Amino acid sequence: MPAVRGDGMRGLAVFISDIRNCKSKEAEIKRINKELANIRSKFKGDKTLDGYQKKKYVCKLLFIFLLGHDIDFGHMEAVNLLSSNKYSEKQIGYLFISVLVNTNSELIKLIIQSIKNDLASRNPIHVNLALQCIANIGSREMAEAFGNDIPKLLVSGDTMDVVKQSAALCLLRLFRTSQEIIPGGEWTSRIIHLLNDQHMGVVTAATSLIDALVKKNPEEYKGCVSLAVSRLSRIVTASYTDLQDYTYYFVPAPWLSVKLLRLLQNYTPPAEDPGVRGRLTECLETILNKAQEPPKSKKVQHSNAKNAVLFEAISLIIHNDSEANLLVRACNQLGQFLSNRETNLRYLALESMCHLATSEFSHEAVKKHQEVVILSMKMEKDVSVRQRAVDLLYAMCDKSNAEEIVQEMLNYLETADYSIREEMVLKVAILAEKYATDYTWYVDVILNLIRIAGDYVSEEVWYRVIQIVINRDEVQGYAAKTVFEALQAPACHENMVKVGGYILGEFGNLIAGDQRSSPAVQFQLLHSKYHLCSPMTRALLLSTYVKFINLFPEIRTQVQEVFKQHSNLRSADAELQQRASEYLQLSIIASSDVLATVLEEMPAFPERESSILAVLKKKKPGRLPENEIKETKSPVVTNNHANNDNHNASSTASADLLGLSTPTQPSSANAGGLLDVLGDVYGNKSNNSLSSALPPNVSNFKKFVCKNNGVLFENDLIQIGVKSEFRQNLGRLGLFYGNKTNVPLQSFVPNLLWSEEQSSKLIIQMKHVEPVLEAGAQRQQTINAECIDDYTDTPSIGLSFLYNNMPQKITFKLPLNDKQILRTN
Amino acid sequence: MMQFMLLFSRQGKLRLQKWYVAHPDKLKKKITRELITTILARKPKMCSFLEWRDLKIVYKRYASLYFCCAIEQDDNELLTLEVIHRYVELLDKYFGSVCELDIIFNFEKAYFILDELLLGGEIQETSKKIVLKAIAAQDLLQEEETPQGFLMIMA
Repeated sequence: MPAVRGDGMRGLAVFISDIRNCKSKEAEIKRINKELANIRSKFKGDKTLDGYQKKKYVCKLLFIFLLGHDIDFGHMEAVNLLSSNKYSEKQIGYLFISVLVNTNSELIKLIIQSIKNDLASRNPIHVNLALQCIANIGSREMAEAFGNDIPKLLVSGDTMDVVKQSAALCLLRLFRTSQEIIPGGEWTSRIIHLLNDQHMGVVTAATSLIDALVKKNPEEYKGCVSLAVSRLSRIVTASYTDLQDYTYYFVPAPWLSVKLLRLLQNYTPPAEDPGVRGRLTECLETILNKAQEPPKSKKVQHSNAKNAVLFEAISLIIHNDSEANLLVRACNQLGQFLSNRETNLRYLALESMCHLATSEFSHEAVKKHQEVVILSMKMEKDVSVRQRAVDLLYAMCDKSNAEEIVQEMLNYLETADYSIREEMVLKVAILAEKYATDYTWYVDVILNLIRIAGDYVSEEVWYRVIQIVINRDEVQGYAAKTVFEALQAPACHENMVKVGGYILGEFGNLIAGDQRSSPAVQFQLLHSKYHLCSPMTRALLLSTYVKFINLFPEIRTQVQEVFKQHSNLRSADAELQQRASEYLQLSIIASSDVLATVLEEMPAFPERESSILAVLKKKKPGRLPENEIKETKSPVVTNNHANNDNHNASSTASADLLGLSTPTQPSSANAGGLLDVLGDVYGNKSNNSLSSALPPNVSNFKKFVCKNNGVLFENDLIQIGVKSEFRQNLGRLGLFYGNKTNVPLQSFVPNLLWSEEQSSKLIIQMKHVEPVLEAGAQRQQTINAECIDDYTDTPSIGLSFLYNNMPQKITFKLPLNDKQILRTN
Repeated sequence: MMQFMLLFSRQGKLRLQKWYVAHPDKLKKKITRELITTILARKPKMCSFLEWRDLKIVYKRYASLYFCCAIEQDDNELLTLEVIHRYVELLDKYFGSVCELDIIFNFEKAYFILDELLLGGEIQETSKKIVLKAIAAQDLLQEEETPQGFLMIMA
């Protein structure tokens, strides 16, 4: 047993030894249970325990907890220890509380008084113990209880430095839970001026606090910029002997330097005053220069501390993005790290260069390192470093190097780690699309992707290639020829069958002139894969086949034979069965004119941002390097509109790219992954045919299946909101009609559409409403419903009114789905 | 800001855990298990940083112990390695060439030292001298007030 320092607790040491000597998990648990029983009896016993014993048992509980066992008692004993006049007992009490007590515990109320007492103590060690405890718990209650005391402690002239440090960080912690606790006004300048404090420890702690305050209120704390620059300037020009104990392995105050550099990244530009800006540039240059000096020590600590400052300085340079000279220098220095023997440095350099690649000043400089980065992608032993290399290649890619980079990524993909394949596939797909000057190249790349990494090619990727082929006449023949060739491989990925099936169904005719790819050959080739495919792909192929009937009447009988097969016509899969029988009937009944109309080539897709990009963004929020150079307008629209754009839902019914989902049934809106993939939302299917001819109507009936309040219907004239509540078989709705126009709506009559027969199952009563709805006014109508028996339909309201003497009619469903009433029944 | 620090052995036993954000115990256990497995599976020459959820993990092995910190996107990885190193230096100075056993048997001291170095997930005091002085002052307070320490050992 090693020597125990301070005042040792022998019982604790014995217990720990016992645990360590346990041969098995069971033995350990047995020993722990024995100890817990012992402690419990001691705490419950009649004999009052002295402080030492309490401390010892609380400490044992803490140890048991840290072993991973739950502790459900002892909290009160720990709380008692807080008020002990012995420091060692108090300290253990605080430790127990900070390790075991959750922020929302009832206990917090009990300890606040003890903390208050210690905070007011004359002994700085006690004050710090209290501050540490507040910071460790950091709850809202703590913020309320101490929000006044701590700022005072922080700026008061007679607070000792060690206490100031703790107070700054304690305040920071509380600020993170309750932003309102920081007093404004004169406090602001006093807090900022902590940056001038004599004591480096105080400055370091205060800088963390100020950084958080600035993030919330940059204007108010603007004064910190010039102070931070001066402080930084003094540090970077100091020799390592100047700062004594704050020099870390020959690097002057690395922690404070990094914090100051971080603080300055909150402002753009970092400083308005040209003098301050000039001084900052000098600092940054000095840091870059110093990084190039020969190392003062061979220790990794020296290199880490020095480079930590360098990387933070480069971050600031990138953030400012204005000094071309600094950016290029930064890039060159990082370039040296790419072949450093420290893996950590290579990793960070790759990461940092990703950001440099997005600046117009340093983009070209980054490109010079392409060869090394490609090597990193191929040769690094650590997958996380390879991942960084891939990120950087993605970020540095532009028109000039796209073909080469995409080719290298494709080559690497064959052996790439499984963990990064999917992301790489997305990246290759995006780059190929973005920088394609020749779409035949794009088609080749995507088909290669499917061949090399078919499993990792997500739906978005192959949807996208189809969208592009359909929208671009010039590439259709080439695409048809290429997929035809690709499908001839003895084993090809199902995704290839999907793309091939779709493209041949649309453009197979373009290659049918060649005997080697005659209609019959195309059909047989596709059908040879049919039995190996999943139902979804088969469904797609059936659509291709029916399209073949239109394109190539000469193989109609062959195709019909396939539809007629038992495995299709009587397929257990309802979708396949339906397609087979409907397509069969269509091919028998319809004249060739009708066929030609029904099975016409797909219309062009609306131009939109690649949904692949959205997937990539979703995959790695926060850290994804952009393949965009800042300040240059990119042709790609940001993806926000894709998600919000439910007004267009009807115009993009083409979102159902492959005809596999059935959007007419409301329930399918969430069921088919296909819909989500394309980023569109079905919003206004249910009532379009009934509503007035006025532009965009949105009826949100479906969302009320699981929601009680919201907007039920809206167009340019009127908004109808609903509030509903349900109790057992009773429902009450409040409908709110809002007139959005600046004229009154006359003859305003809502009529219930609910038959007598249906009313026997669900009784609905509607209050009368006034026949005029004034401009801008809102009126409420209450509806009561009582469910007597199961009912199937949904009651609707037919609303008619006159707008500028033009009759208008709107029909909308009431959110009285049987599920809602039954749900609460 | 550092979100948490974990110390664990090569056998995957957790020796110290410090959380600077509030999580339910269950989640803490899950996170701990996940990270211990991930880090123990890594090879020696690999990079000391990894991405994990939306955080960055920085870890380093000292003899039989792994020190592992979770920091946020804005934080500096290299300097976090040096926070770990400074902590190891402090433990080493305090215990006199520290080993895993010291931390097991004096876990409370390991916590007290950490609380002087970091507070609320931010660096509080980087000077080794000042931290050691603060710890020595605490020990002194204890010795003054607990003459029975000696008697207990005899008992």
